[in-house]
Formats: sequence, structure tokens, C-alpha cells
Amino acid sequence: MAEPPVAVSGAPSGAPSSSPRLEAWRRRGAGLARVLASLALTFLGLTAITFVIGRVMPLDPVLAIVGDRAPQDVYDAMYVQLGLDQPLYVQYLRYLGQILTGDFGISVQTGRPVLNDLMRFFPATLELATLATLLGVVIGVPAGVLAAVHQGKLIDHVVRVVGLIGYSMPVFWLGMVALLVFYAKLGWVPGPGRLSVFYDGMVPPVTGLLLVDSLIAGNATVFWNAVEHLILPVSILGAFALAYIARMTRSFMLDQLRQEYVLTARVKGLAERTVIWRHAFGNVLVQLITTIGLTYASLLEGSVLTETVFAWPGIGQYITNALFNSDMNAVIGGTIVVGTCFVGINMLSDALYRTVDPRAR
Amino acid sequence: MGVGWRTWSRTLAGIGIAAGVLLGIAVQAATPPNMLVMGTRLDDIITLDPAEVFEFSGAEVTANIYDRITMYEPENLTELVGGVVESWEIADDGKVITFKMRPGLTFHSGNPVRPEDAVYSLRRVVKLNKTPSFIVTQFGWTPENVDELVRVVDDEHFQIEITEDFSPGLVLNALSAGVGSVVDELEVEAHAVDDDMGYGWLKNNSAGSGAFKLVSWNANESVVLEHNPDYRHGAPAMERVILRHVPEPAAQRLLLEQGDIDIARTLTPDQVKGLAGNADLVLENFPKATLLYVAANASVPELSDPKVWEALKYLIDYDGMATSFLEGQYIPHQSFWGSGLWASADAKPYTLDVEKGKALLAEAGYPDGFSMTIDSLNTSPYMEMAESIQSTFADAGITAEIVPQDGSALWPKYRARRHQLILARWGPDYLDPHSNADSFASNPDNSPEAGLTGVLAWRNAWDDPEITAMTAAARSELDLDKRKALYEELQLRHQTNSPFAVIVQQNEQVVGRAGVEGFVSGPSFDLVFYRNVTK
Repeated sequence: MAEPPVAVSGAPSGAPSSSPRLEAWRRRGAGLARVLASLALTFLGLTAITFVIGRVMPLDPVLAIVGDRAPQDVYDAMYVQLGLDQPLYVQYLRYLGQILTGDFGISVQTGRPVLNDLMRFFPATLELATLATLLGVVIGVPAGVLAAVHQGKLIDHVVRVVGLIGYSMPVFWLGMVALLVFYAKLGWVPGPGRLSVFYDGMVPPVTGLLLVDSLIAGNATVFWNAVEHLILPVSILGAFALAYIARMTRSFMLDQLRQEYVLTARVKGLAERTVIWRHAFGNVLVQLITTIGLTYASLLEGSVLTETVFAWPGIGQYITNALFNSDMNAVIGGTIVVGTCFVGINMLSDALYRTVDPRAR
Repeated sequence: MGVGWRTWSRTLAGIGIAAGVLLGIAVQAATPPNMLVMGTRLDDIITLDPAEVFEFSGAEVTANIYDRITMYEPENLTELVGGVVESWEIADDGKVITFKMRPGLTFHSGNPVRPEDAVYSLRRVVKLNKTPSFIVTQFGWTPENVDELVRVVDDEHFQIEITEDFSPGLVLNALSAGVGSVVDELEVEAHAVDDDMGYGWLKNNSAGSGAFKLVSWNANESVVLEHNPDYRHGAPAMERVILRHVPEPAAQRLLLEQGDIDIARTLTPDQVKGLAGNADLVLENFPKATLLYVAANASVPELSDPKVWEALKYLIDYDGMATSFLEGQYIPHQSFWGSGLWASADAKPYTLDVEKGKALLAEAGYPDGFSMTIDSLNTSPYMEMAESIQSTFADAGITAEIVPQDGSALWPKYRARRHQLILARWGPDYLDPHSNADSFASNPDNSPEAGLTGVLAWRNAWDDPEITAMTAAARSELDLDKRKALYEELQLRHQTNSPFAVIVQQNEQVVGRAGVEGFVSGPSFDLVFYRNVTK
């Protein structure tokens, strides 16, 4: 009885346990490769489009640096220094090469490396956007569910009106009025800015998030000052997020509550709490995650208007100023950060789908 | 169904308690007595290097950090005095000036201020060749010859020599501009990279001997200055000066009313009016040399006739604008050198006169007018002014289409002579009438190839050889009184014979907390002083 010489060795014990594991690793590897490839493509597309738009705009990056009175020779010297005398594709390839080595170039408007700027401006926006989204979720989701459950009742009307107001009021106006009332008239909160001037530079920047940095430094005074400064802008942006999330939650829930399985569950005699939160709400989670993810991502782009009213040195103001000054290094750097946020949040949502929806596993 | 309600009300109560805790600890605080806090716009700063800085906020900040060779001081803004120099002597031919250093001065680093530093600073401006360098390179200095023409004489003296014909008075005035700032050679060279003369470092750092030193500049956020306790006029009372970037004027107003800032710098006219009754606040006016004007591109056929220029000047409602939306922040002025400055001509021959304008247009061959575009900045008050001009032009049959745009789009167009009519602003680069005459009146080569893109006369393709010659004569006149007379004559002639209609001159309105005194904003953009502020 000649047995096949190769297949025998270790096969009985090894094959069943290792091959699915290997398979899982392989799948994960392929998944990772796919993610990386899609990231690379996204960035390539983003940089190319931004670059071309930046170069065809009728704005002059050279004048943004040398000023409108510069004599021609000063202008020409800067033109060459910026590499604008090269063909567009050469400029682009050169720029890509720089990015790959982690060099995003120097920003015209701040005279500093774009990377440093982003590391300073983005955390300011991140802090604001994260807290605003949290506020929107914590209040918006239960409010939406409540409104759907009590459809047509008072609570429903209240949520809908609040949602409408929060969504249609100009953020700029809302911010100004809030400052007028809570800062100027009542004196409950401090004025615009991230910190009161006396605390400026008192904690060393580690993450750029003032709440985190002040805790790292163990400085409670600065922490509370930062919290106070966050209250108004977070409430304004949070109201916007809340309105949208509540409205969407309400309509998703209404959809589910009309389904037959809900009726079945009720007929079965399940507690109302279980019917609503476990059965119906469980089924809207996927859609809700998408909504929340998109809201968060749009807040991370930075809100120019809110940042302007509250003198908040965030990424929205930075990118907008950069656009007006034709400061392309800063624009592309900012675009990549915002793009990364979108891709990152998308991936996070995907991962969450898998945990909440067995079908997606 | 009550379950949801209970959860809801519990959440709500939780949030309410949290909010109450937070709000309870919010405290109001006025600014400390030794600290000056200003609300302004800082998004124009791109550098703080005195050899490069040419933006409003940046120039203001460096003016407080660096002492210059010569200076106009806040105590008397009309008298030119020595900054780091004590005195000077002018050679008989007016081409060589020898400066004697003020003894005992030190930089913020502790290094003494030597003649070598002054010489290094001027050579640095010429060799780096950034935008403001033309203020000194017009004297004939080039990177090649500047080492020879700007030189150290001994431990106390240095000398400058000019090769072009310029009045020494003008040269001394030019050295009071930002490019006359004296930097600490030893400190700057210690931070130089690859022979860049500290260019990379000085953008974000300071090495001066002025009243303040730079602590930090955070783009779009703040500039923080600390006083120089050893300053030659004594330590400034304000130990710290903080400029906060507050882009929204309404927010600036709230901060001022609450006492969170001491001075608001960029309020709108209606906000200034709205604050009038507030006893805690004080309004101060500072006349500036900045002018708003309309110019006609003479290479456009309809706009090439001097009669048309004159007609346009009769079709602008100077008083109407100055007494309505411009009130308080701009005053009527019609010549190219601001009122209140040395050698200014204050004649205002033009008022709105539609009949006269029509008659002049008919003489020029346009009895029914023509169609034109007016390029304008898209901000206030340019848009309101453009609309006013549009409506008075229309009364004489001129159809003007307003093209509003951002500066970054407008300036390239203007420099390339691609406009028809343009509404724009101009402020002098240094306090000498030549600064404006050189731009408004002198056009030595009108050909497109000449590319004199910084010169307003060239940008408008306007070439009057006689006026150009008058400008050259005025700039090189050695006698002060004669020179003054030449400028007055030049302005009057320019007023009636050029495609430029100067409309108003700026008046800066600064509102501060009562008790905050001593802030001075001089006529030009780089003459703003914090050092005498007390509160």
C-alpha cells in the first residue's frame, strides 16, 4: 500500500486548522491591498484635479507673494523660484515627488511648511467637529426615534420644527446672535477664540487638541478655559448636526415601524422598549452610521463661516484663504487632509456595518 | 410607549446638569493692566522680515520691532529724526551721506548696535531683492555695487553713496521706511542657511533694537510682542502686546464692548457709529496717506482723449460719497499726495457737474457716451463707490459695467494693462512725495515691453514726457523749499492733465476702551506705534 509521499506529512492535523486561518489572512491582506490601492488612487485623483484647477484659475500665486507693487524683475525671480516656468506636467510630477517624501512645500500665506500649518489648524477643527458630532448624535438620535414613535404628536412637531430651524438657519447668523446673547448680554461664555489671551501658549502643543494637551500638561485652568470657548461653537455646529441626524433618524425609523416584523413582534407581546430599540432601531443602524459619518466628514472640512465668527483658527479658514491667495501647496495639502478624513470615515463606517449587520460580515 | 420618554428626560437632565456646571464657571475678565490686546485682521501677514515685508499687518508689527536708520517718531510725525543714528552729514554734491551712530544702543540679543549692522541691513535688502527693495535700489544700488556704495567708515560712522540724481532729503526719507530697519548682523548670520542672510529664519523671528521683540506669530491667530526693557526711549508701559486675528468686525465689536480687547482696529463705519454713545469707549481718528482713485487706461481708444478724462472727473459725486457711506473713514481729496503731509496740494477743483461732463464728452466726439467696464475690488467701500460712479456716469450716457473681483484676480489684470476703468487704492511706500509721484506721474518708457508693472502711470499706458521730466526735477532738487514748490506744481498739473481721478483720502478710525491712551497710527502703513500706550 503505497501512500502518496507528500500529502501525508502532517496533513491530518495541520490542514483543517491552518488553511482557513491562512485563507483569512490572505483575504485580509487582499482587503488591505484594495484599501491602499483605493487610497492611492483617491489621492492621485485629488492632487491632480486640485493642481489643475489651481493652475487654470485666473489668480497669480507670484503676486500673492511679492505683492501687487513688485517691480518686474522681482516678480520674474519669484516666478522661476516657484517653478512656474516649467510645463504643467513637470510641475505636477515634481510636486508628487515632494509629497511622497513627506514634503508638502511651503505655504505662501504663512511662510511655513504646509505640514506644520496643517498640524496646527486641523486639530482646532477636529476638536470642534468631533464634539459637535457627538452632541448631534447624543441628542439627535434619541430625538429622532422619539419623534418617529410618537408620530404626529407634540414631541414629533417639536423635533421637526427644531430640525427645520437648525437646518435652514444660516450658521453665520446663528453664531453672531449666540455671541450677542450668551457672551455680550448674559456673560455666560467667553468671546471668540480658542483660549483667552492670557492662556495662549501656556501648554506645550502635543496633539494640537487643547483639551488633550492641557490634560497632558495637567493644567486644569487651561482645560476649563478651552472648554468654555468650545461651548458656543460646538453648540452651533452641533445644532446643525443634530437637526440633520434627528430628521434622518425619524424618517428611517418611520420606515421600519411600518414593517410587518414590528407588528409581529408586538403581537408576540414583546416589550415596547425591545420592539423599538432592539428590532426597529437595530435595522436603521446601518443607514444611520452612513448619515453620521457624512455629517462628521462635512464638519471636518471646516466651516469657514463658523470659524470666521468665532475667530477659530481652523482648516476651513486656512484652505479658503489659501484659495484666494492661489496658495496651491496649502490648498492641495488641505485637500489631502480632508480627503483622508472622508476615506477614513468611510472605512470606519464599513467596519461598523460589519459589526451591526450580520449580512455584511 | 412611556419608555422612550423616560430615557429622553433622563438624557436631557444629564445634559442640563453638565451645561449648568460648565456655564457656572465662565468668568469675565478685563485684560491685565500691563498688556495691550488688539482685535484686527492678520491674514495678510506672510513674513516679518523687514527686507521683505510689504503687507499692512506685517509692516505694522516690524515697525514696532526694529529701529530704522532714520525715523518719524510718534511724538512728532512730521519731523524726520535719527533712529539708530544720532546725526548725519551730507556732502556738497548731495551724493554721499555720512551717518554717526547713536552711542550705547543694544539689540534685543544684547549685542551692541554697530555701523556694521546698519550697513549689513541695507546690503541685505539689496541682495535679497524682495518687493520693497526698489525703495533703495532706485538710488543706483545693485547687488554688485552695494558693498562699495554702502560702507563702514569707522567704529562710529557709516556712509552711503548714491549714483542716481536724488535729493538727499528724499534719500533720508526713504531710509525711514521698513527697508531702513537695522537688523542684528551677528544674530541673523548665526541663523543663516546656505548664505541666505537669515532669510528663512527672519520670516518668523526678530533681531532688532526696537521697542518690542517678537514672541510668536501664529498665522490666522495672533502676534505676540514683548517689550524691550532697555529701549532708548525707556521701557514701554505695555509689557506685552497681543494682536488677535478677529476677521469678523461684529465679533471685534463684541470683544471690545466686553473689555476682552483694548482696541478694535477694523470696525466698519456703521459699527463705529453704533458705538458712539458708549461712555466706556473712545474713538480716535488718524489721517492716513492712502488714496482711493479711478484711473482710465489710455490705450483704450475712448479713454485716450484728455477731454474724456476731464469729463469723467466731473461725473464723480465726491461729496455725495464722502457724506454718506464713506463718512468718517474717508475725506475728499483730489491730488496724488495726501493732505496734511509735507508738500501736499489741497486744491479740489472737481465737483459733480453732469452738464459740464456731457459737454466735454461731446467735444471729444462722444455726445451719446460709450460703454466701459470698471474693475473694482469686491469689498466695501469699493463696491459702493463703483455703484455711485456707475450711476453718475449713466447720467452723461456712459454705460459702465462693474467687474467686482478679489485682489488676487484684479492686480494681475491691472499689471497687464487689461482693464478699461479701474477703481483702486494707493498708499505711499515711504513718507516722501516722490513715492507717489514716481508711481502716479512718472513713466519713462510707455512701451508694453518696458514692463514697469509697479508704476501706475505705466499700467494705465499714460505717458506725458513733460510731467515725467517734472517728476525727475523735483526728486533731485537739493533746495528744500524749491523742492516743495515743484511738488505742489506737479500735483496741480497732474490733477487736471492725467487719466487719474483721486477721489478720497483715508481716515483710520480706531475705537479703544476709555483709559487706553497713546496709540498712534501714522500716515503710512508702516508707521504704527504701540510704545507710548498706557492704560
